[in-house]
Amino acid sequence: MSAAGTSAAGAPGTNADRANRSDRADRADRERRADTTERAEWETVVGLEVHCELKTQTKLFCGCKNAFGDEPNTNVCPVCLGLPGSLPVLNAFAVELAMRIGEALHCEVRPSSFHRKNYFYPDMPKDFQISQYDEPINVGGWLELPDGSRVGIERAHLEEDTGKTTHQGETGRIHAADYALVDYNRAGVPLVEIVSRPDIRSSAQARLYVTELRAVLVATGASDGRMEEGSLRVDANVSVRRVGAAALGTRCEVKNLNSLRSLGRAIDYEVARQVALVEATGTVVQETRHWDENAGRTVPLRSKEEAFDYRYFPEPDLVPLAPGSDWRARAAGAVGLLPSARRERLAGLLGGAPTPQQVDQVHVVVGQGLDDLVVAAVAKGAPAGLALVRAANELAADIGAALALDAGTFGSVVEMEGRGELTATQAKAVLAELLAAGGGDPAAIAAERGFEALSEGSLAAVVQGVVEAHPEEWARYSAGEEKLAGFFTGQVMRATGGKADGKAVAAELQRLRR
Amino acid sequence: MTADGSDSAAALADAVRRGERSARSVVEAALGGIAARDPELHAFLHVAADGARADADAVDEKVRAGEDPGPLAGVPVALKDNLCTRGIPTTCASRILEGWRPPYDATVVTRLRDAGAVVVGKTNLDEFAMGSSTENSCMGPTRHPMDPSRVPGGSSGGSAAAVGAGLVPLGLGSDTGGSVRQPAALCGVVGMKPTYGVVSRYGLVAFASSLDQIGPFARSVADAALLLEVIAGHDPKDSTCLDRPAPEAMRSLDVGVEGLRVGVCEELVADTAPDVSRRVREAAEDLAGTGALVEEVSVPEMRLGLSAYYLIAPAEASSNLARYDGVRYGLRVDAPDVAQMNTATRTAGFGPEVKRRIMLGTYALSAGYYDAYYGKAQRVRTLLIRAFDRVYEQFDVLIGATAPTTAFAIGERVADPLTMYLSDVCTIPSNLSGHPAISVPFGAGDDGLPVGVQVLAPALCEERMFQVAAALERLAAARARPARGEGRR
Repeated sequence: MSAAGTSAAGAPGTNADRANRSDRADRADRERRADTTERAEWETVVGLEVHCELKTQTKLFCGCKNAFGDEPNTNVCPVCLGLPGSLPVLNAFAVELAMRIGEALHCEVRPSSFHRKNYFYPDMPKDFQISQYDEPINVGGWLELPDGSRVGIERAHLEEDTGKTTHQGETGRIHAADYALVDYNRAGVPLVEIVSRPDIRSSAQARLYVTELRAVLVATGASDGRMEEGSLRVDANVSVRRVGAAALGTRCEVKNLNSLRSLGRAIDYEVARQVALVEATGTVVQETRHWDENAGRTVPLRSKEEAFDYRYFPEPDLVPLAPGSDWRARAAGAVGLLPSARRERLAGLLGGAPTPQQVDQVHVVVGQGLDDLVVAAVAKGAPAGLALVRAANELAADIGAALALDAGTFGSVVEMEGRGELTATQAKAVLAELLAAGGGDPAAIAAERGFEALSEGSLAAVVQGVVEAHPEEWARYSAGEEKLAGFFTGQVMRATGGKADGKAVAAELQRLRR
Repeated sequence: MTADGSDSAAALADAVRRGERSARSVVEAALGGIAARDPELHAFLHVAADGARADADAVDEKVRAGEDPGPLAGVPVALKDNLCTRGIPTTCASRILEGWRPPYDATVVTRLRDAGAVVVGKTNLDEFAMGSSTENSCMGPTRHPMDPSRVPGGSSGGSAAAVGAGLVPLGLGSDTGGSVRQPAALCGVVGMKPTYGVVSRYGLVAFASSLDQIGPFARSVADAALLLEVIAGHDPKDSTCLDRPAPEAMRSLDVGVEGLRVGVCEELVADTAPDVSRRVREAAEDLAGTGALVEEVSVPEMRLGLSAYYLIAPAEASSNLARYDGVRYGLRVDAPDVAQMNTATRTAGFGPEVKRRIMLGTYALSAGYYDAYYGKAQRVRTLLIRAFDRVYEQFDVLIGATAPTTAFAIGERVADPLTMYLSDVCTIPSNLSGHPAISVPFGAGDDGLPVGVQVLAPALCEERMFQVAAALERLAAARARPARGEGRR
């Protein structure tokens, strides 16, 4: 599916969409253009296709486990291996999650049907993919980005994932491979493909769109949003046109964008390439291109002429899908708070205007789906600011374990730190152990590790002892060599077994120097 | 007792359930018959003798333990070799599936086993069920049980011949364009195609998914009804299988046809050989003689069926058969890269008819041709369904010939695919409409070989269809009686 093409009609968005945009968004638009468009007279036009693996227990058309990282070819059966005689049966929960995505993106959720997309590839067991074609479940919505701009959504449809091929050989490259291994654990995993309109005007906006879309997918429970595990995959349709031109330029589709960084770099590279090409030759050739992350450039994959003829036709093994209004209402009700509302809720707990640092932390926490945990911990009495910091840093670093953490447990670590019973270093250590063990009693862990914050008096004594033991360094520190503060802090930490609070040590050193 | 005097499946099962006969002895007799007769017939591609004996012993064990082994206790059944059988080779008579043993049983196989039936083997077919004579088998043709120089019909020719020769009382086939009914007619047995969705397709190796239905072969209408009741009914593994209980086909067998409105379908008579059409007209007269209201009727849309079928079926087949690529199972012909391996494997693994249909279907679905071919064929299908709906406002059932001729000679139509395709002209409309149809033996042609009369009924009217089929069976027996001087009834 492609969105940013020469055939798409007119300028992005409807008039109503544009009227709804705030002045802030218009300003943001202008700034983005000034930022990233190398030559002022060229406009970047991007449409994104995002494949999102749904967080279901089982696959789209069979009862096999939907799990990442298991032993290859263990989550397979006759259906997802496409064995002769096997037939697909649609997973109702995948449909429910697809409808949630549609609702969250303000789409029309409609009766739909499945088609077969035919092409030969070893990681596709049936040598066709079951996908939605002319009757997708969700059509025509939009996503509002944190900067106030809106990106139109063309459609968000259900389809099955393919297996995974690993080319074996010295270089790991396809053409030099001796043989290939295929893992069909991923074959038949449910996907929703979300196709944007060609409304994106810069690489920065593209990154913002994917970040916000990811947050929506996590917030609705549809996906775990892990790009690094491939549960979120992005293809970009990129074209350029002269500012003010109504018609779209010829697009190229860029594949293999495995991170936000790749997405941004690939769009910037592709725009520069296309601008140079149009200026030199007047035209861009429509083709599919591959992003080479190491080389930092896109290379041709196949031309329009080489494009597959997928021979779509209605999947005769499945019946049309027409969820009743009850089911649709249930799905809509299960969408819950969207990321913008979640960010507001979280920021509201801070009791004042958040600092820029806190705004970033709020984005991280909501983006990782940790905000419910923070809100619950704060409700149990944990200090909000500290809970936010620990969630954005320590919890987000081990997201899988963090999502399994009990709010009360997390809250009591933060509370202990807030009351000064644990230093920051100790609080992090306790959290790390809780995450590693999948839970536990924070107080018991602290006691077991001997984590009691040092009293002021004993800390002063320890610092005094360290100073006396290193007279030469102390003289240099006293003379203004500030970097030696780190040396003394380290010595104090060693002497106290890490129990001392870093800030208290710094204060004591200052006091002694004076 | 069936018309030829052999034991009916129902009688065998009763004897086994009552402990009068052991399942083992029934199965040994069947295996003995196969060993004696099949070298000439070549109805079987694989005889599962050890498994059959073990299954029979398990049935006998149940009887001894006082448990009911089910309505088909100890009855030997032959399965067309496109039905998946756990651990037993399933080849579709294609080199491309060489060596493949499915890890699972088709739903119909599970239901047969649950009913106490014993699978004795897998039968020959046209490769992937594509053909009308069982000559398109990579293992060589099956021969007609009454005349070894003739074909048994197809594509389920192996099951039809096995039942026709009396090797087994029951068989299963698949009917995509007539592949159960046509060989049944040629071999002089009963064969039926249920309403689309009445029998689960799970485990039937797909040819054309929107047309395929599994159907029974038997030597009597009653046995066919019994077998249908065992295999039909909802299956959550097949999304197109209807959520309703199996038809109660046995219930209507003795009802008779008085007052039933029977349409003699002109299109299913006009283009058939004179000796075949004569039998159909006799059947119509006999039905009228027992109280049915018989009239001629024309359904001109039926003539569009063949062309629509030869776009839809190959289109679906081209997609269904894509998976035989040498990557995961079956034949693999090694080559320097994957694409070349795919090509080499498929070139060596598929026979000419399968290749012909894959090419036809690929073309029909191509960008730019879809609307003109596949799209138009689907619209014809809709027209045909509407035409049937109109006719069934006036008639309860339609009758006609099952096949245009009696069994033809081996090799006769091989060089001319179009003539071969015409063998299915009378059966294809029911596949396109999804309606049920049954072929009942009704006398012989000038060559002495069997003729089948087909009964067509509206969707889900299997019971009414069996009601008429049973009446035809009685009428055929009545006609045969004075001529042969037999009087078994």
